[in-house]
Amino acid sequence: MQPTDVGNPDYYHKVVDCQWGCPAHTNVPEYIRLIANGRYTDSFWLNRSSNVFPGILGRTCDRPCEPACRRTRVDGKPVAICRLKRVAADLRDPTDDRLPEIPVVKNGKRIALVGCGPASLTVCNDLMPLGYECTIFEALPRSGGLMRTNIPAFRLPVAVLEEEIDMILDMGVEIHYNTRIESMEELLEEGYDAIFVGTGAPKGKELNIPGRQEAADNIHIGIEWLEAVHFGHVDAIGERVLVIGVGNTAMDCCRTSKRLGGTDIKVMARKSRPYFKASPWELEDAEEELVEIVENYSPKRFVLEDGRLVGMEFELVSWHKDEESGRLKATVHDTEFLPCDDVILAIGQDNAFPWIERDIGIEFNHWDMPEVDRTTFMTTREGIFVGGDAAWGPENIIWAVEHGHQAAISIHNYCQGLSLTEDRPPQDHNLISAKMGMHEWAYSNDYNPSPRQKMKHVELVRRFEELSIEVEMGFDPEQTAHEVERCLNCDIQTHFEAKLCIECDACIDICPVHCLTITVNGDEEDLRTRLMAPAENLTQDLMVSEGLPQTGRVMVKDEDLCVHCGLCAERCPTAAWDMRKFELMIPYAGQEAACPTHV
Amino acid sequence: MTYIPKPAVRHPGLGANELGLHLRDYEGTISTLCAGCGHDSVTAAIIQAFYELSIPPHRIAKMSGIGCSAKTPAYFVDEAHGFNGVHGRMPALATGANAANKDLYYIGISGDGDSLSIGLGQFCHAIRRNVNMLYVLENNGVYGLTKGQFSASADVGSRSKRGVPNKSEPIDPVALALTLGATFVARGFSGDKQQLLPLLKAGLMHKGFAFLDVISPCVTFNDHVGSTKSYLYTRHHGHELVPVDFVPIRSEISASYEKGSRTSITMHDGSMVRFRKVPEDYDPTDRLSAYEHYRSLQNRGEVVTGLLYLDPGGEDMHDDNATTSTPLAEMAYEDLCPGSEQMDALMEEFR
Repeated sequence: MQPTDVGNPDYYHKVVDCQWGCPAHTNVPEYIRLIANGRYTDSFWLNRSSNVFPGILGRTCDRPCEPACRRTRVDGKPVAICRLKRVAADLRDPTDDRLPEIPVVKNGKRIALVGCGPASLTVCNDLMPLGYECTIFEALPRSGGLMRTNIPAFRLPVAVLEEEIDMILDMGVEIHYNTRIESMEELLEEGYDAIFVGTGAPKGKELNIPGRQEAADNIHIGIEWLEAVHFGHVDAIGERVLVIGVGNTAMDCCRTSKRLGGTDIKVMARKSRPYFKASPWELEDAEEELVEIVENYSPKRFVLEDGRLVGMEFELVSWHKDEESGRLKATVHDTEFLPCDDVILAIGQDNAFPWIERDIGIEFNHWDMPEVDRTTFMTTREGIFVGGDAAWGPENIIWAVEHGHQAAISIHNYCQGLSLTEDRPPQDHNLISAKMGMHEWAYSNDYNPSPRQKMKHVELVRRFEELSIEVEMGFDPEQTAHEVERCLNCDIQTHFEAKLCIECDACIDICPVHCLTITVNGDEEDLRTRLMAPAENLTQDLMVSEGLPQTGRVMVKDEDLCVHCGLCAERCPTAAWDMRKFELMIPYAGQEAACPTHV
Repeated sequence: MTYIPKPAVRHPGLGANELGLHLRDYEGTISTLCAGCGHDSVTAAIIQAFYELSIPPHRIAKMSGIGCSAKTPAYFVDEAHGFNGVHGRMPALATGANAANKDLYYIGISGDGDSLSIGLGQFCHAIRRNVNMLYVLENNGVYGLTKGQFSASADVGSRSKRGVPNKSEPIDPVALALTLGATFVARGFSGDKQQLLPLLKAGLMHKGFAFLDVISPCVTFNDHVGSTKSYLYTRHHGHELVPVDFVPIRSEISASYEKGSRTSITMHDGSMVRFRKVPEDYDPTDRLSAYEHYRSLQNRGEVVTGLLYLDPGGEDMHDDNATTSTPLAEMAYEDLCPGSEQMDALMEEFR
């Protein structure tokens, strides 16, 4: 193999699995260390620099970082990254003094944003400090988009939501509530320099089976129903509720039903558990509230009596893989009637762009979605950008935030007459030795065998008293202290200088997980079979050194299970190994890549 | 010296041996030697050898005297028996322990000071008695614990860290062991585990006195330019006499080796040592041939490594003395001590 180029920011970035897995590339290990040091405000601010909504995400994030976490591969359970983010957000001091100054004299460029969800808000967050005038048009009477209307208050308190949104709106964003944009053409006529579409995926999917029209009074579309509950238009539901679908929206619907008078609530899934779309922890939380999750029941028809919904009929199915197409196919065994008072449909969301004229230069693809460039977020009409769920269908908040950051870079470049591609500022990185003394490092290198801390919940009897009682209580100080130490500090990189190595084997002998080998070079497939321990996880790179001075062999490190204990560097007599802190420098609109100013 | 304990995690892809033990179950406490010390590498190879041979930790006895090398038994097989004795007296301790319980695997770890200066007599007599043990001499040519004076194995002309050349003739432990009649004589290098591991395994399985000299550089006091025991010098002047494979009795013997280019020697328990690429004028079972070959290469300035001589006869101190087949340690007190009446009767015979 060729020697690994650790000068490319991507190499060490990829070693920090959580940061690499996070769409917004939040510097997770660093913010966890700040929490460990009691620097909650700094930790919050570091979070905010990349993910904009730490308090909201600390409660609601889809957590792509956690399945990626190296700790999962080492002892089975990832670090509770998301919960720690909430610790920082909950315990921080006021941060008003850290917000960027907004220029009084504007730069003369006006940006219109459609929809006030996380994507649009992130665009404003990045553009307001540069002097742009941002105007948001929101159809509803409140800000936040689906973050507000689709996430029940028992998961995300309104105060937390509003505080983080207001940080952005208070930068001087002009916002028009109750203003649904009905025509893109008309908006264009208002002469904005750029338009950002952040309208989300606001249309709940329909279930067109017999009885749907006739029983419409007791059949609710999940996201619309949650919105109605949020605004107080709905405050009750029948005792027996069937929720159709088993994604995260279904989980919010069933738990909300429980708080509005439902007693017998079933979530009906067409497939079995491994295929559920909901996050495992959301499933657990629903089951804790005695919601029943029923597998392999496929809806057949709504059953009415005297014009009223009395239940639903389901087909009992089993699934097998079709040899030819490779797809799952269902076999029906039986049908079953389940009585109910109300049905909530939570089987997915669609985008809807009835308000964008098809003849104004925005191309639509065969899914009736606008063509959006994956890098620049611009449509085929110059100056119109799309991000968040509106771009390529439902994702999650953290993706919307990243879309917002990227769209903001594009909008800035567009308004300044720069190229959207060639003038995009690249990522960079910083690498600083973490050595403080003979055996002292600027991080806690000892391995903590503690198990993952369990989130405490409000007692079952208490939590249904009011819709807004937050269920998760957050980590207590002791839990926090344990959990921060579980982090393996993957950003403290094992950095190797081949020319210093005397091949004494000290690093190889000390490594607890046998991830180092000195051997004769070969191609990757061959090398992976000749290492101290099997290197079978192909998603994890091998770091290969230059030829070593004494024998010409190479040092090979399998990144897979390294616990970043630093013992290789401690046992190295020539400092060929060093532990170096990697900091990814992320560019934002109008800025070169830089390290966040949290210190 | 490192402050944190080695993290208690292991690679899930590394399996267990026949006893269900993992490699890390054969570790000891974390080393307190200098970072980069050759001895730590020897320790790692010993851990690997015991693990691969599936030797139960409680059947191992680790013996040592004084010196950097003598500290190392603390760093492997925590659950083994051990005795850390007086400077240079490890051979006597091992002989005594072996006399009392011949069923344990004895490994003595010594250094060039411990074996070739203060303990030279002890070393010679353990060879002479053919004690069934593996005697590892971690040889770095320098007194590390007292900050770098030449030891008895330092070569003429080798320079100290201050630049002063050594003038005294070295005592060569390999030549000594060959001439004194050791039944297994080998030399390894801490920087070449591929070679060291089969030597350790063969030495552990050899019945009789197995001597293994290991060039184990002292990174702190003897790894500079001008030293003849540095990593670089050993790599540049190392001459592996015969690459050796150790084939334990349980493995199937594969026929993938070229015919005629190797000699296989079956050991007392049925396991095998296989010599690859044996030079024509050399026979590893002939002491004189081994000695001549060793000396001629040495005179060319080469650091000869490999398994130099092996007597697979399989006799040891207990055979020579016709001791009982039951280890003394396992005998009942009444059998060990015949009582004063019997003793008096015995005494009467000599009157």
